[in-house]
Amino acid sequence: MLIFLLRRLIQACFVMIIISVISFAIQGNLGDPIQQMVSVTASQDERNQLRESLGLNDNFINQYWRFAKKAVQGDLGTSFYYKKPVLEVIFQKVPATLELAFCAILLIIFVATPCGVLAAIKPKNPISRLIMIVSSIGLSVPIFIVAIFMVYFFSIEWNVAPSFGRGETTEILGLWESGLFTKDGLSHLLLPSLSLAIALMPIFIRLIRAEMMEVLQSEYIRFAWSKGLSTPRIYFIHALKNTMLPIITVGGIQAGTLVAYTILTETIFQWPGMGFLFMDAVSRVDTPLISAYLIVVGGMFVMTNTLVDLVYGLVNPTVRLASHGI
Amino acid sequence: MKYNKKDLTHPISGDRWNHIWSGFIGDKLAVLALLIFLFYCAISLLAPLLAPFDIDDPAFMDLMNSEIAPSWISHDYRFLLGTDAQGRDLLSVILYGTRLSLTIGICAVLIQATLGICIGLIAGYLGGRIDNFLMRCADIQLSFSNMMVAIVFLAIFQSLFGIAMYQQLAMVILILVIGLTEWPLFARTVRASVLAEKQQEYVDAARVMGISSKRIMFRHILPNTLSPILVIFTVQIANAIVAEAALSFLGLGMPSTEPSLGSLIAEGMAYMFAGSWWICVIPSVTLIILILAMNLLGDWLRDHLNPKVYKD
Amino acid sequence: MNLLSVTNLHVNFHTKAQELAALIDVSFTLNRGERIAIVGESGAGKSVLGFSIVNLIGKPGYIHSGSIRLENDELTKMNLRQLQEVRGKRIAMIFQDPMMTLNPVITIGAQLVETIRSHTKISYKDARNIAIEKLNHVQIASPERRFDQYPHELSGGMRQRVIIAAVLLLNPDIIIADEPTTALDVTIQAEILQLLLAICRDNGVALVLISHDLGVVSKVAERTLVMYAGRIVEEGPTLEIINDPQHPYTQGLLNALPQMTLPGQRLNQIQGSMPSLIERPSGCAFHPRCPYAKEKCKKEQPSFIHSGVSSVACFLVEDMINEFANQDQEVSK
Repeated sequence: MLIFLLRRLIQACFVMIIISVISFAIQGNLGDPIQQMVSVTASQDERNQLRESLGLNDNFINQYWRFAKKAVQGDLGTSFYYKKPVLEVIFQKVPATLELAFCAILLIIFVATPCGVLAAIKPKNPISRLIMIVSSIGLSVPIFIVAIFMVYFFSIEWNVAPSFGRGETTEILGLWESGLFTKDGLSHLLLPSLSLAIALMPIFIRLIRAEMMEVLQSEYIRFAWSKGLSTPRIYFIHALKNTMLPIITVGGIQAGTLVAYTILTETIFQWPGMGFLFMDAVSRVDTPLISAYLIVVGGMFVMTNTLVDLVYGLVNPTVRLASHGI
Repeated sequence: MKYNKKDLTHPISGDRWNHIWSGFIGDKLAVLALLIFLFYCAISLLAPLLAPFDIDDPAFMDLMNSEIAPSWISHDYRFLLGTDAQGRDLLSVILYGTRLSLTIGICAVLIQATLGICIGLIAGYLGGRIDNFLMRCADIQLSFSNMMVAIVFLAIFQSLFGIAMYQQLAMVILILVIGLTEWPLFARTVRASVLAEKQQEYVDAARVMGISSKRIMFRHILPNTLSPILVIFTVQIANAIVAEAALSFLGLGMPSTEPSLGSLIAEGMAYMFAGSWWICVIPSVTLIILILAMNLLGDWLRDHLNPKVYKD
Repeated sequence: MNLLSVTNLHVNFHTKAQELAALIDVSFTLNRGERIAIVGESGAGKSVLGFSIVNLIGKPGYIHSGSIRLENDELTKMNLRQLQEVRGKRIAMIFQDPMMTLNPVITIGAQLVETIRSHTKISYKDARNIAIEKLNHVQIASPERRFDQYPHELSGGMRQRVIIAAVLLLNPDIIIADEPTTALDVTIQAEILQLLLAICRDNGVALVLISHDLGVVSKVAERTLVMYAGRIVEEGPTLEIINDPQHPYTQGLLNALPQMTLPGQRLNQIQGSMPSLIERPSGCAFHPRCPYAKEKCKKEQPSFIHSGVSSVACFLVEDMINEFANQDQEVSK
C-alpha cells in the first residue's frame, strides 16, 4: 500500500511540475510586468534597472525556480484587477464551486446508479427502456443547452427556482461561505447542480448498465444463484460491487470533464465560483489570476485522481495484493 | 509449422462487410441517422447555394430587420426562420454555422485519428518501454479531459495574441486544439487491437515470410483494427462538434462575425429570456439533431461491429 | 422412492430465428446417496441438463416440457423464491472453472457465511464456525486465515476446495458437479476427485457428475448416462458401460481414451464432430459418424431398449436383440 501511495505521489508531483511550468510561462509571457509597475514617463534606463532588480533578465530556469519557491510558500502573485494576492481571491470562490460540484456528484450517484441497475436487470421493462431512450438523447444535448432551457422553464416560465447567483450564504467557522444551510441558498443551488448532473448522468447510466449486464453474465453470479441467495443480495452485493470497479475509474477520468462543465455552468448561472472567476480573468487578461487558477485546479485534480486510485485500491482486493508484492 | 491459406489472409473479408451492410439496411433508426448525417453534410457543402442571402454582403446585416420571428409567426416571408438580433437571416446563418461546425468537427477528428492510430500502432507493435511511456502520456492526457485542456489553451492563446488576431485564426486553432487533445482514445483502442492481432497466425506468417514491420503494421494489422476505429470516429465527431460549440459558447471559439452553431446559441441566449426564443432555440435544435444522429450511428456501429472499445 | 426423477425433459433455446432443442426427451432417476455420471463430448447437452435441474439454464434457454421431481416437489413448477430455497440447501452445484466461480471482490469467509445465513437463521458467529469447520473438512490448512482472504490469494485447487466446502455448508441431498476437475492441473485433479468421492460417500450425498472423461467417471460414479446431441443414448452401471459398451458412440468414446491405445499409436478418435443445435441430423443424430449406420438410422429415432443391465437407444443393438430372440424362439420350437 505504501509503495502504491508513493508511486502515485511521484506521478502527482510530476504532473504538478508540468502545470506550474505552463502557468509560469503564461505569467512570464503575457504582458510585460514592467509596464504594469512603472509610470509611462519612466526612461528606458529606469526600466532596465527595474528589470535587473526583479531578476527578469535571468534565464528561464532561474526565474522558474524563484517562481516555484514562492509558489510553495503560497505566493502566486497579485491579481491585476482585484489588487489582492491571487490565492486569496481564488480561495474565496472555492466553496461555491465545490458545493456545486458536490451536489451534482451526489445527484449523479443517487440517480444514475439505480437507473443503470434497473436498466441492466430488467432490460425489457418499459421504465428501463424509457431510461435508456432518455439517456441516449441526453447524451446528445450539450450541457449549455440543458442549462439554458432549465433557466427558461424553471426560472422564467414557471418561476420555481432562481437562475443566477448563490443567494443567501452563511459562514461556517469563519472560513467557508456555505449556501447549503439556508433555504434561499439551496434554491439557488438547485438549477446549476441539476444541469451539471443531467449533463454527466447519461454517460454513467449507460456505463453502469453495460458493466452490470456484463457482470450478470459471469460465472460467479451464476454460482451465487446456485447457492440460493436472495435476489437483492445477488444484484446489490455480488453484482454491484464488481460493476463499480470500472465506474470508479471512469469517474476519476470524468473529473476533468466536471471541471470544464463547472466553467460552463457557472458562466450561464452567474455562479460566483472559480470557473466564473476564471472566465472573467481571461476576458480581463488578468494573467496572475489565470496561472494561479491553473495551479489550484491542477492541484485539486491531481488530488482527486489520487483519491480515486486509493478508493479503487480499497474496493478491489487484487490491487492491494499487487502492491503487497512489490 | 504449416499454415492454411485461411490463416494467411486477413480475417475481415468482403463477406463480413456485406453482412453488416444488410443488417444496417434492416435497422430503420440507423438508416434514419445516416440519412440525417448525409443531409447535414449536403447542406454544409451546398450552403452558399442554398442560403437565401449572401452573408458576405454588407447589406446582410440590417438592424432594421432585427428580431423578426419565424415566417409562420410573423408572416414575413423574406426570412423563413426569422432573423437574429443583428438582423441577419437566421436560415442563412444556420446553414453557414452548420458548415463551420461540421468542418471543424471532421477535421479535428481526422487529426485525432491520425495521431492516435500512429501512436497506438507504435505502442502496440513495439511494446516495452516505448509502449509504457506512450500509454502513461495517454493516461495523463485523458485524465485532464479535452474540454479542460481546450478551454485553458484557448484562454491562454486569446490573452496572448489579443482578441483581434485570435478571431482571424479561430477556426484553425479550434481544429488544432480539439484535434490534439483527444488522441488517447484512438491510441488505446488501436493498441489493444494490435496486441490482440499480434497473436494471430497471419501476422506470424507475414513475419516469417520476411515482410518488414512497417508493412506488417499498415498492410496487415491496421485493416483489422478498422471497425473499432470507425466506431470511435463517429462518436468523436459528435464530441468534437459539442466541444467546439461549448468553446464558442464560452466566447473562446468562433467569433460572432463568423458564427458556428455554438456561438449562435450563445448569442441567442440573452434574447431567449427576452422573448425572441427562435434565435436560440433553432440553432440548438439543429445542433442536437446532428449530435443525436451521430451518436445513434455510433451506437449502432458499436453494437454490430462489436469491437472492444475502451470505455475510459 | 427416488430422490430425484427427471422425466421427458425437453429444454429449448429460444432465438429470433427459431426454436432450438437442446435437450430432447431426457429421463433418469437418482436415488439417495447414489453417484451417477453424465458423459458425452462438449455440446452434447450435459451441462444444460445439470443446470436445468435447478432451473439455472442461461438465457435464452428454458424448460419446454417435462418434469423434475425432487422427492415430492416438482421443481419445474416452482417460483423463484421456492427455487432459491432448494438451491444450495437441497441441491448444490460445483462449477467447472474455480477461477471464475468465486466472486473476486468478496472474501471467502463472507461468501461461505452468506450461503448459510440466507437459508437458516443463525448468528454470524455460528455461521462462521460452520464455515471454518467445513473448510477444515475439505483439508484446507489454517482455515481461520483463509476465511478472511480473497479468492485471488488462493490457487486453483484451493479454490475448488473452497467451492466444495461452500457446497457442503447446508448438507445438501444432491451435489451436481459440472466438470469439477477439467480446469485443474492433472496432479490436483485426482486429489479433488478423491475428496469429492469421500465426501459423498461419508455423508450419503447423491452426486451428479458431469464429465467428458470416462476415466474420471469410472473412478467415481456407480451409474453412467451417455449423452449425444441432447439425448441420452445409453444408460447403465458404470462397470458395464466401460466393459461392454453397447452404443457405437459409447464404444467410440471408450476407444478414444488415451489408455486404450498403445504408446506411439494414433488416438482412435471418433470421425467427425458433434452437430450444432441448428444442424441436428435426422433420425438417430449419431448416424453421420456411426460406422454401422443403416438406412433406417437416417430416418427414425431408435427407442430405448433394455439390453442386460443397461438401456440403449440404437437400432444396431435392437436388431441384434431381436435376432437373438428369434433364434431363441426357433430353438425352443
